[in-house]
Order: sequence, then C-alpha cells, then structure tokens
Amino acid sequence: MGQFIVRRALYSIVTLFILSATIFLVVRFTGDPVALMAEASARPEDLDRIRQQWGLDRSWPVQYVTFMQNAFKGELGKSFNYRLPVSELYFQRLPNSLTLGLAATLISLLIGVPAGIISAVKVNSWWDNVAKVIALLGLSIPGFWLGLVLILVFSVWLRWLPTSGAGDWRHVVMPALALGWYFAASMLRLTRSSMLEVLGSEYIKLARLKGLPDVVVVAMHAFKNALIPVFTLAGVNMVVMVNAAVIIEVIFAWPGIGRLLYEGIFQRDFPLVQGVVIMAGFMIIGINLVVDILYAFIDPRIRLTR
Amino acid sequence: MATVIMHRPLARGRAASRLRAVLKAAREAPQLAVVILGGLILIAIFADFIAPHDPTLPVKGAGVFDPPFWMPGGTTTTPLGTDFQGRDILSRLIYGARVSLIVGLMGTLVAGSIGTALGILSGYVGGWVDQIIMRVTDAWLALPAIVFAIFLAAMVGPSMWNIVIILGAVYWTRYARVIRGEVLTLREREYVKLAEIAGASKWRVIKRHILPNVMNTATVLASLTVGVVIIAEASLSFLGVGVPPPQPAWGLMLSEARSTLMAGQWWLTVFPGLCIALIVLATQLFGDWLRVRLDPQQRNL
Repeated sequence: MGQFIVRRALYSIVTLFILSATIFLVVRFTGDPVALMAEASARPEDLDRIRQQWGLDRSWPVQYVTFMQNAFKGELGKSFNYRLPVSELYFQRLPNSLTLGLAATLISLLIGVPAGIISAVKVNSWWDNVAKVIALLGLSIPGFWLGLVLILVFSVWLRWLPTSGAGDWRHVVMPALALGWYFAASMLRLTRSSMLEVLGSEYIKLARLKGLPDVVVVAMHAFKNALIPVFTLAGVNMVVMVNAAVIIEVIFAWPGIGRLLYEGIFQRDFPLVQGVVIMAGFMIIGINLVVDILYAFIDPRIRLTR
Repeated sequence: MATVIMHRPLARGRAASRLRAVLKAAREAPQLAVVILGGLILIAIFADFIAPHDPTLPVKGAGVFDPPFWMPGGTTTTPLGTDFQGRDILSRLIYGARVSLIVGLMGTLVAGSIGTALGILSGYVGGWVDQIIMRVTDAWLALPAIVFAIFLAAMVGPSMWNIVIILGAVYWTRYARVIRGEVLTLREREYVKLAEIAGASKWRVIKRHILPNVMNTATVLASLTVGVVIIAEASLSFLGVGVPPPQPAWGLMLSEARSTLMAGQWWLTVFPGLCIALIVLATQLFGDWLRVRLDPQQRNL
C-alpha cells in the first residue's frame, strides 16, 4: 500500500511539472508580455526597465526555476495589474468559487441521483425515457446559455432573483443551476448504470427472494453500494466546477477565481493568468491522487494491477 | 492471368456489398439527427444563396433591435429581428452555422489526428516513448478543457483558424488515452505477431493492422467530440477570445446580446442558443447511434 501511494504521488508530481512547464512556455512563446503591458508609445529603454523590474530579462530556465521555487513557497508571483501577490488575490476569491462549486454539486446530485435511480428501477419505462431526455439535454444545452435564459426568465420577466453579484442564497441559485446542469446529466448517467449493475447482482436477487418489499431492496440494499462511484464522481466534479466556472462567473458577475482569470486575460496580466491556471491543475491533480488512493484502500486489487 | 480473372468479380461484389451496407446504415441512422445535421450542413454550404441579407452589414431601412415578425413592430424583411447594429439575425444565424460546423468538424479532425497518432505511437512503440506521451497526456488532462482553451486562446489571439488549432490541441488527450489502451491489446494479437515474424516493418504493421482496427473507436470518439468542440467554440467566442467580430458566430451573437438582455430583448439571446443546442443534440444522437453500431463492447455504457 505504501509503495502504491509513493508511486502514485510521484506520477502526480511529474504531471504537475509537465503542466507548469507547458503553461510557462506557452505564456512566453506567444508574445512579449512586456510589450503587451506597456503603453504602445513606450521606448525600448522603458521596456528594458520593465523587463528588469519583473525579472523577465533572465533566461527562461532561470525564470522557470525561480518560478517553481516560489510556487513551492506558496508564492505565485506578483500581478501586473493589481500590484499584489497573485496568491493573495487568488485566496481572496477562492471561497466564493468554493461556495458556487458546492451549490452546483448539490444541484447536480439533486437532479441526477433521484432521476438516475428512478430510471434504473423502472428501466425502459416512461420514466426512463424522461431521464434519457434530461441526460441528452444536459449535454446539448450549453450551461452559459441556460444561465442567460434563467436571467431572462427569473430576473427580467418574473423579477424574483437578482442578476449578478454575490450575497445571500438568492444570488447563488441561478449560477449554481447553470453550472451544475451539465454535471447533473453525467450524475444521472452514472447513477443509472451503477444502479442497474447493483440491481442485477446476486445479493439483490437474494434479498428479493427473501420476500423483502421492493422499496426496502432499493433503499436499503442497492442504494448504498450503487452510490459509492456516484459520490466519488461528485467530489471530482466539484473540484472541476470550482475551477472551470469561468463563463458562468462572468455572466453572473460572481467574484470567484474564474472571473479573476477572465480579468487577468483582458488586462494582459500574465502572472495572474499563469497562477490561476496552474492552481487549477494543482487542485485537479490533487483530487485525482486522493481518489486513486481511496480506491486502493477500498479495493486491494487496484494496488496490484498498477 | 488466372488471378486477375479470379479477383475481378470478387472486387465488384465487395464494392456492391459495401454500397448496400452504407445504404442500410443510412436507413437505420436516427432520422431526427440526420435531418438536423443534414439540414444544417446544407444551410452552411449554401448560406450565400439562402441568407436574405449580408450578415455583417446593417439592413437598409431596418432599425436596431427590431423584434421578430410576429411581434408588434416586426417585419418579414428581417423575420427574426435585427441586432444592435441593425443586422439581420436570421442571416447571421445562417452564416453562423458555417462557423460552428467548420470549427466543430475541423477541430475534431485535428484533435482526432493528433490523438490517434500519439495513441498508436505510445501503445505500439512502448518504452520511454510511451512514458513521455502518457505523462504529457496526463498533464494536459489535468486542466479543465475549457480553462486550457481559454488560456491558449487568450495567449495566441482570436481568429477562426486559431480556434480550430487550439481546440484540436486541447481535445486530443482523450483519443490518445483510449487508442493507446486499444493498441496495447491489439499488439498481442496473433496476426500482428505473425506480421512481425514475417518481417513486416513497424510502419507497415501500424498501417495495415493497427490503424484499421482503431478507426472505429476513433470515429465514435470523434462523433461525440464534435458537439463538445462546438460548445467550446461558442464559449470562447462568447468570452471574446474566439471568433472575432464582425464574423457571425453563434457564441459571439450571444455575447453581443448580453448588454440588452435586461431590456427584455429575448430574441437576441434565445435564437443563437437554440441553434447551438440543436446542433449539439443532433451530434449527440448521431454519436450514440454510431457507438452502438461500431463498437458492440460499449453498448452498456
């Protein structure tokens, strides 16, 4: 087990290095950040001065090593625009993204799990078809367009909910629904297939043979085992949603890390962009590592096969 | 001489049966998906003849924010209304189909080619080549695709063909993973071993025995990627790092509509979104059908 964890952790570190190097190189390959940052009328001397000031006159390998050294100390560089450490800006915004991600995860579970269970229990029925349509629409309707339509209906026409910003629960409902929409479909699909698998297993047949009522079989026996993969996926999805909510946060003016990235892009603030993107990779590599280790604990076969 | 005579009828018979198979497949395909996709492809190709107005110029005599024709103030000259510059929404939607389909199909083609090539290389060559390719794949998969795409688009700069390359560069990873797994099992098959023993070069084995066998999987993945790529393009255009104005892209139209959403001018927001949902729905239906048809092992997924 210990060996498995060490090997798996080493893979994660390698992955993180490749990712950070990729991001680092893309930022430097695609243009001179200093030219983007300075006024168009700036003289070459001015550009050199700025370069020196931000440490951009050094060679790329030196810059990369410095960058990684600082990253391990929790320093992601200094934002061009805000003149503040990127990590400070990032952690200021992170709680908002976590709130939104959590709310969206809850919504995706609330839609996906019951619908998935019903469609698995009543397979090939009218209910199953409704669930299939929901799953298909979840993948087809872009979340950000759903967000715009929600604003139109609930803010403009009905005037029930505020259009933007963060505050009480009414601010969270629409962005969480728009963000969780796509993931609800994947929850539904997974719950359905997982339930079908469990319902076909021997111990469920035995429970039915004992004469237990259907409700007890589904609720007490099948439900518990079928939901392990579903909740695992929900956890991974939540981390993805925290990091991938850029458009939803822009539409609803939600002050999270997605909007921080968006602002960084439009202000040509490349340390900020670089920092936010690397943090996203860091979080997702981290959650994948955690999930793999948890699964190895639950299922010893995994430790041996890799 | 004898072999030539032997082969001819056989070849003809094979061509005929292949044609029959294609026709049979066309009849079995989900009709809704075929009608929507076929219709949109025709609209995209013949946009110049179908669109009533120039999509980039204001319509003469029309105002700005004219509503659709069935609402008070609407006219049939601009059936779905006009936007903030007085341009015809319907014409922009028609030309937008072209952008969505080109980016969706070409982006998928780029992603599929890179991913399939690297997947085969990784699985068949193995060793350190495999290690390097798979670690890079892992690293690229670690970022949410849309964040990676936004990042690349912001760095490279907006244009339709840049977006094709960027989305190809973002979405190749899942092909590489899946194809590699498939190649790993193919590599152990008898006929591949026999070809190697017979002295076939690596390149020949890949071309004759590996590639044809992974094409079905690659096709299924591609059919399911098109919709994802189309939504990604719309998202990038919406954020202003995708297809630049004044080109008529659906995502861009949604972005332009945002400023007047609060005024209740719903047609600017509703129609482009419906178009995106419709095209993605059709590709999903088609992809699901293709998956069951080409890959019986995945039927329970």
